[in-house]
Order: sequence, then C-alpha cells, then structure tokens
Amino acid sequence: MSGAQGSDLNRNPPRPGRLDHAEGASVPLHSRVREAQPRGAVINGDQPINQAEAAERFMAAPEHERMHDARLWDLRQKRDRQMHGITEWEDLRRLASEIKEHALTHLDHYLEQFETNARANGIHVHWAQDADEHNAIILSLLRDHGVKRLIKSKSMLTEECGFRDFMAESGVEVVETDLGERIQQLDDEAPSHVVVPAVHKLRSDVADVFARTLGTDPNDDDVHYLTEQQREKTRPLILDAQAGLTGANFVVAETGTFVVCTNEGNADLSANTPPLQIASIGIEKVIPRLEDLPVFVRLLSRSALGSPITQYTSHFRGPRRGGELHVVLVDNGRSERLGMEQFWTSLKCIRCGACMNTCPVFRRSGGLSYGATYAGPIGLIIDPTFNRHRYSSLPFSSTLNGSCTNVCPVKINIHEQIAGWRRVLAETHELPLMKKAMMREAGHLLSHPALYRAAIATADSALKHLPRFMVYNRLNTWGHGREVPAPPRETFHQWYAANRASGQGEPS
Amino acid sequence: MSSREDILARVRAHKPALARPLPQVPYFDPPPGTDLTAVFRASFVQMGGTLPDCGAADPLDVVRGIVAAVPVSCSQVPEVRGNRALGADTLPASLADVDIGVVRASFGVAETGSVCLTEVDLLVNTLGYLPQHLIVLLDPARIVSNLHRAYQRPEWRTMHYAVLQSGPSATADIEGVLVHGAQGVRSLRLFFVPDRAG
Repeated sequence: MSGAQGSDLNRNPPRPGRLDHAEGASVPLHSRVREAQPRGAVINGDQPINQAEAAERFMAAPEHERMHDARLWDLRQKRDRQMHGITEWEDLRRLASEIKEHALTHLDHYLEQFETNARANGIHVHWAQDADEHNAIILSLLRDHGVKRLIKSKSMLTEECGFRDFMAESGVEVVETDLGERIQQLDDEAPSHVVVPAVHKLRSDVADVFARTLGTDPNDDDVHYLTEQQREKTRPLILDAQAGLTGANFVVAETGTFVVCTNEGNADLSANTPPLQIASIGIEKVIPRLEDLPVFVRLLSRSALGSPITQYTSHFRGPRRGGELHVVLVDNGRSERLGMEQFWTSLKCIRCGACMNTCPVFRRSGGLSYGATYAGPIGLIIDPTFNRHRYSSLPFSSTLNGSCTNVCPVKINIHEQIAGWRRVLAETHELPLMKKAMMREAGHLLSHPALYRAAIATADSALKHLPRFMVYNRLNTWGHGREVPAPPRETFHQWYAANRASGQGEPS
Repeated sequence: MSSREDILARVRAHKPALARPLPQVPYFDPPPGTDLTAVFRASFVQMGGTLPDCGAADPLDVVRGIVAAVPVSCSQVPEVRGNRALGADTLPASLADVDIGVVRASFGVAETGSVCLTEVDLLVNTLGYLPQHLIVLLDPARIVSNLHRAYQRPEWRTMHYAVLQSGPSATADIEGVLVHGAQGVRSLRLFFVPDRAG
C-alpha cells in the first residue's frame, strides 16, 4: 500500500457535497425568505376542528406552502421511482393487504401467540385498554425503577396517548431523540406528519426554535449546523437517561419479535443505552410469520420516503443481558374500530405517510391544520373513530381524487372510506351546520328533475353575472382557496335540445 | 376482568367474520447468475455507505491503518485490535467517546445494501451507534439476494437483538437536506473480508 493511498484512506470519509440518496430530497430545496410560521388548527374544547380556517392561514404563508408542497411532492415522486424499480410491486401490495386482513380477522390468536413467545424470551408484556392505562403502566414502571429521565424515539401511539404532557405533569423528563420530533417537542407543537414531523417548518423556523431552547446562533440556519447542534445537545441526555421508550412498526407473532424502523438510529440508542427498555405498541401491528415481515419492510420506506429501506431496521426479541424489556400492547379504540364494517381495514395502515405526500389538500394546508394526531387522508378516516364530534368536519377536507388509495402500500380504500364517513356523519347528524342547510336544499332539488334543470340554468347564468363577493363569501366554502370553474355557456339539456333532440324525444 | 381479557374479548366480538386466508409469500429471487456482490455494492453506496478502494493492499491492513490513526478505537473482530477493551459487562453508555468501532456483519442483503449486526457481532449493542464512525467487515459469500431470503436466516430466531443497518445514521428532517450522523454513526465503511473462522 502506498503512503499516499494509506493517508487518504486513514482519514474519515470526507463530507460529500449535497447528498441526494436515501430519504434526502432528490432536488435541492431551499427556503428563500424568512416568514412567520403559520400555526395549526384552533383547538376549542370539543368543538369541531375548522381545518379550512387553519389551511387558509397556511396558504397565507406562501414560502411555507411552497416548500411543504415541493418537499412532499418530491417524496411522492421518489416513491414512484422506487415502485418502478421493483417488478413485483403490485404483488407486494396485494400480499401486504392479504396478510394484514388475515391478521386482523385472527387478531386475538396472533396477539396471544406474540405474548406467549415474547414472554418465553423474557419480555414483560402489559395490556392497556386506553391512553390513560398506557400512561399509568409506564409511569408505574418508571417509578419502580427510579427513572427521572426517559429517552424516546418517535411513536404516533404515544402522541395518541398524550404521553409527553402526562409525563411532564408526573415529573418525568422526556427527551425525544428523532430530530424532527425533537424540534416539535422544543417548540411545544405536535408532529405534523407521521414520518417527517417538522416538514411544515422552514430552516429559519428551526433556527428560531433552537436559538430559544438550545442557545444556538439565531442567525445561523445552516441545516448541517442545526443538525449537529441537536446531536451535541441531545447526546449527554441520552447517555445518562435511566429508561428508553420506542414504538414499533411491526410485531411478529411467530417469534415474539417487534421491529422498529428509523433513519437516525435513535430508536437503537434509546433501546440499547439505558438499563430499562419499554415499547408502546398498538394491537393492530401484529403479523403472523417472519416470512411476512419482508413484504412490509420492502414497502414501508419505499412508500414513505422513496428509499429502499430505512437506515436502521431493528429487531427486538428479548431483553439485553442485564437489562429489562417491557412491551405495552395498547387498544385505545382499535378493537372497536375492528367492528366497523366500512372502516375496519383502516387498521391495515403501516403509517408510511404516502397518502399525505400525494394529497393536494394536505400538501397545501399542512398537517397541523387537521388539529388531530393523524393528519391527511388516513387521518380523515381514523380521527372520527376517536371523537366523532370534534373531527366531524375532517372527512370533508378531501377532493376524493383517489390518489391516496392508489399509493397506499396495503391497499386501504382510503377515498371510499372518506366518502363513507361523510355518509355516516350525515346520518348521525354530525354534519357542519352550513353543509346541513345546503344538503337539505340540494336534496329537494335533486329529487325534482324539472326544478333541478331550472335551477342549474339559473345558477350558471347567475355565476356569469354575480359579483365576486357573492360567490367567494364566507357561506360558500367551495370558494375558499380555489376558483369556481367558469360557468358553461349553456347547460347540457339546452345543448341537447338545440342539437340532438329533434324527433328523438326527451333524453331520459 | 383484566385489561388483557377485556381487550381480547372485544377483539373476538368485533373481528370481521370473513374468510381471509394467509397467502404464501414467494422469494422473488433475482435471475440466476445475478452478481450479488455487485448489486450489494451499488445498494450500499446508494444508502450512503462507503466502500474504500484498497487497491492491491490487504483490506485488513487498511482497516488497521485507519484504526491506528484515531485516539479511541474499539474492535469486536479478532483480526483488528482496538485500544478500548470491550467485555460483555461494558456499560453501554461508556462507548460514547469511541472514535471508530469495528465489527463483522453476520450477513449482507444485496437488494438494500444492508448489513445484519446482532448482539453477538456487537457484544455491546451500543458499539453500533455510539462511536463516531463504524467499520464493518463482510464476507462476500454471506450476501443474500433480497429481504425475503434475509428473513430465512437463523439469526432472527435466536438473537434477542439484530439490526439491518443500511448506511450511516441519517436525517432529512429539515427542508429535506440529508445529513449523516443525526444521532448514530457519522459514516459506515465496509470492507469485504472472508470469514476464515466461519
């Protein structure tokens, strides 16, 4: 080996130029201007969330809207490229759907099988009916072990459970170790996306948050600097934490294993550094066999980020030597959802976020506008199962274009379920007031053909002549954030009567 | 009733009574004659890993040279000696000041460029995460074609901990800018070294 070559190799790999592999953006994205960050939906007790209002404020921040749209659309396109690189893609989606539907229709069996095998491997298995019980079980474990600080990786289930707030009130310090989730924790804001929790923020927003909470340079919004600062500030907290908490992406009944996918390796740090390890897992995560697992691992990151796999796919089958491992299996409404004939297949969801990345409403309004743990298309069909009144307007935040269904790796008929929820909410009198009045009028018109035709002709001609303020006002939600299409010169019936109707009778 | 019984009872009451048989999962093998090492190399680099070119040199000499150049190194492979001893009882957090860790992977996956590191490969699991940089040795004979083949390996049924690591720790949580070394190792270098012991 020559000396020159040796010294070259002895150096650490040089920092490359812009990285565009794995979960990075495939095109350079860079916010150009500082702009105040729009905040999420106004939460007013149990009042229905007004997603449209929050979306308007997001769109009123053009730099945020532009960056958000560009980043998520790039993820969608990267996903497409991965899809085209695998000839068996559609087979994998079909298999994933079939495996999940089998597991869900035999859920009791596989949960018990997982429990038996996990216990045999030395894992302590707990069961929690709801968020309160989940939080109480973990608090009791932490108190038994004298834990003052818990490090954790990202888990949507713990968001569902209001875990961080609960622990803060209970005197336990919780430190998020995923960069995006840490940003959101330091900003006291919920994650806006299941995979990229701070995707609605610009680098300048992050610089502001870190300057305020970590004491970084407020004028330096270089992404490498911000990421490095977070690494340096979080590391000491990781090293002397007494417990680590992760979620789980998949649970294998056959082997008693749970699987966690991350890109930062933060779940492995959280799980492997402190003596006490805990995992919070929704009961719908279970799959039967080891051979089922690759189907999902191959689909997850490709669908989520357009990368072939997450940097770390970590498998926990038992405690570390000298360590203790607890799993909390959480229901929190899932067993009820399983009984909803139209909506049970939403439990197939593997939380990849592909439906969010492709959704035109989500991309332009930001995840926080939904005011719920789960945003975007999948949120529209899950959130009402948690609180039918508070989330009653969410299923209307969709164009029903079906793109979410097309990209879903486990073939959930998302857009059909959104339409299904609209029906259910109408039947159970949870329609927003304005929609109710409009539906009553529409129902009357639609059941009287002659009246309908007259009304359409009048409306089209009225649209041509009405001043803007009559069309784009607070009562017509269709006019919010979009242009009403130009009215046609004549109705179809008028055209038909003039061109085709002679001697052929009235069209039926 | 306990929460366990309540939950299972609700699941039994609510689970749809539909016939949903468990499908057979094919292996989706690549065409015969596929050069798995070449596919692995491409995937590994795509995930952000580095494959140093050793030229005519013995890769182990190259690794020894890299390890000798840093203040703190910790090796879990017999061919390379580090200066930080590692034992089964080493405190996981104590590896935080290690500059370079050296481990041997149980196997590699061509499709994704992943290496499998188990609790036996790592001895102390944080060896895979707390060092600033990680060097992995891989026997090219131990590369499987894809994840379906990977999950046929015996490690998943015996180990308490195993990870498929694909490139270094990475994040793109701020404006999609990819940064290596979010929390775990800043770089992942791989050398092909046949495993004479195994």
